[in-house]
Amino acid sequence: MDYSPIWISVKTASLTIVIVFFIGLAAAKLVAGLKNEKIKMVLDGIFTLPLVLPPTVAGFFLLYLFGIRRPIGAFFVEYFGVKIAFSWGATVLAAVVISFPLMYRSARGALEQVDENLIFAARTLGFSEWRIFWKVMFPAALPGIAGGGILAFARGLGEFGATAMIAGNIAGKTRTLPLAVYSAVAAGDMDTAYKYVMIILLVSFLVVVLMNYFTAKERTYGKRGKKA
Amino acid sequence: MSLQVDIKKRWKGFSLQVRFETGEGLLGILGASGCGKSMTLKSIAGIVTPDEGRILLNGRTLFDSEKKINLKPRDRKVGYLFQDYALFPNMTVRQNISCAVRGKDKERMAEEQIQNFQLEGLEDQYPHQLSGGQKQRTALARMMANEPEALLLDEPFSALDYYLKEQLQVQMLDFLKDCKKDMILVTHNRDEVYRLCGDLLIMDGGEKIRMGPTKEIFRYPGCVAAARLTGCKNFSRARKLDDTHVEALDWGIVLTAGKQVPDAVSSVGIRAHYFIACQDDSRENTFPAELVETVESPFEMNVVIRKKGMPGHDRREQIWWKMAKEKWAGMEGKVPEFLRVSPEDVLLLTDRP
Repeated sequence: MDYSPIWISVKTASLTIVIVFFIGLAAAKLVAGLKNEKIKMVLDGIFTLPLVLPPTVAGFFLLYLFGIRRPIGAFFVEYFGVKIAFSWGATVLAAVVISFPLMYRSARGALEQVDENLIFAARTLGFSEWRIFWKVMFPAALPGIAGGGILAFARGLGEFGATAMIAGNIAGKTRTLPLAVYSAVAAGDMDTAYKYVMIILLVSFLVVVLMNYFTAKERTYGKRGKKA
Repeated sequence: MSLQVDIKKRWKGFSLQVRFETGEGLLGILGASGCGKSMTLKSIAGIVTPDEGRILLNGRTLFDSEKKINLKPRDRKVGYLFQDYALFPNMTVRQNISCAVRGKDKERMAEEQIQNFQLEGLEDQYPHQLSGGQKQRTALARMMANEPEALLLDEPFSALDYYLKEQLQVQMLDFLKDCKKDMILVTHNRDEVYRLCGDLLIMDGGEKIRMGPTKEIFRYPGCVAAARLTGCKNFSRARKLDDTHVEALDWGIVLTAGKQVPDAVSSVGIRAHYFIACQDDSRENTFPAELVETVESPFEMNVVIRKKGMPGHDRREQIWWKMAKEKWAGMEGKVPEFLRVSPEDVLLLTDRP
């Protein structure tokens, strides 16, 4: 059995979640803080689109933008000498785009539910806006943010459609676990497919358990006996 | 020491227009919910921005629409005690207090406030582990650690259980009595302002309708809204007869007033505790009474009466008479023949301030 899909998937999902966590959180903070309802709706629509589009369509758009003869793709080739399409980077790109809305929406919901008075209190006490975000809003919204992060990680790990479009299915390079399952079945190698499926099943189950731990349980401070 | 406020703000079918200046001690702002009292407080703290006007604290301009000055909340040095206390749930009592210290010596200052507000032993607890009273003390300590120049208290007792309220009001009075800062307490509870505040401002519909020493306003509320907010239960439309007499139209009684009757008088009010039972009508302000119904409270009896001979198809002719239960028991459940009210207890009221 070829172990490379496991390694590629873990690498991809790990880098993806680091990127998605921060840009998702930043987008959530941006949209949650907007006063203009119209701008808010439009931005929210754009940020959520990858979630509702079929992944192959999202992949199609990525290919359209990042293909080597396409505007962004050509720019990267010309100035950095990097081909994005059909490289390992493209698996990360696909996973980031597809899992971003999950992080963004969870974080936004959690940030918007932070008690307004906590923020007002912090302001009257002389906190800077930056300190309010990291010391007051972030800890208060942490369960929702962490839940969003785990969901996004799981979605990145399972990404298939967009990855196939922009990164292809190159063994040892862009073949992630879901693509490996597909390839094994297509080749009639059911034994290998079973093994990959078991690995995915195990990881997915773990993710669900973790998520329940972070979100379902009202994580109140003090019960853990340590500070946040 | 003074806080001068003169602001206007309009939004969604409501307008706030209020102007006042604080003196020494605690000023109470009394008003029904939605009258703009919390909005006034939030404007002073800088949480909301008024449309126009000025706010000055000890000569320092916090807000001035003409000079385009609008200090950020953090630069105003105004402490705000929220109704739900707004303690940071992820911080311990000690962290909640020390994070508010502006200077360097955070630990020492926090320690000082922990002692002032009797929070020893609770330093490492999180807010959800505290009782209502402990939360309030922590919030007060946090506010004081920030060394504000003025204190704004927004309904500080309304989140507390009934039995705790009175005890904590006494405690609050204790903490604040030595405090030489401008303080404003906003509430809809007349007992709180009467106990705690030397001066009182009454708001209704986004406007100031009365301001003055608390006891004087309770004694002479002046207009219907102020009388209602200070707890008067009985109102009747009224007509001036002469300088000392007024006719209570809804009750069908002519009353002698203890003061000169103003020309603009439109109503009279009589507080429900101020009726006196008597056997004959030899004295002024006495009228024959008959029982309509009784409404029982835990320690009080509300006896609803009207003047004998009134038609009885209008609720406005009913008069509420409150008394201790024992007193009602002493009367064996019967309304005395006549009721009397002292001339100085007849509140002469106008429609608008």
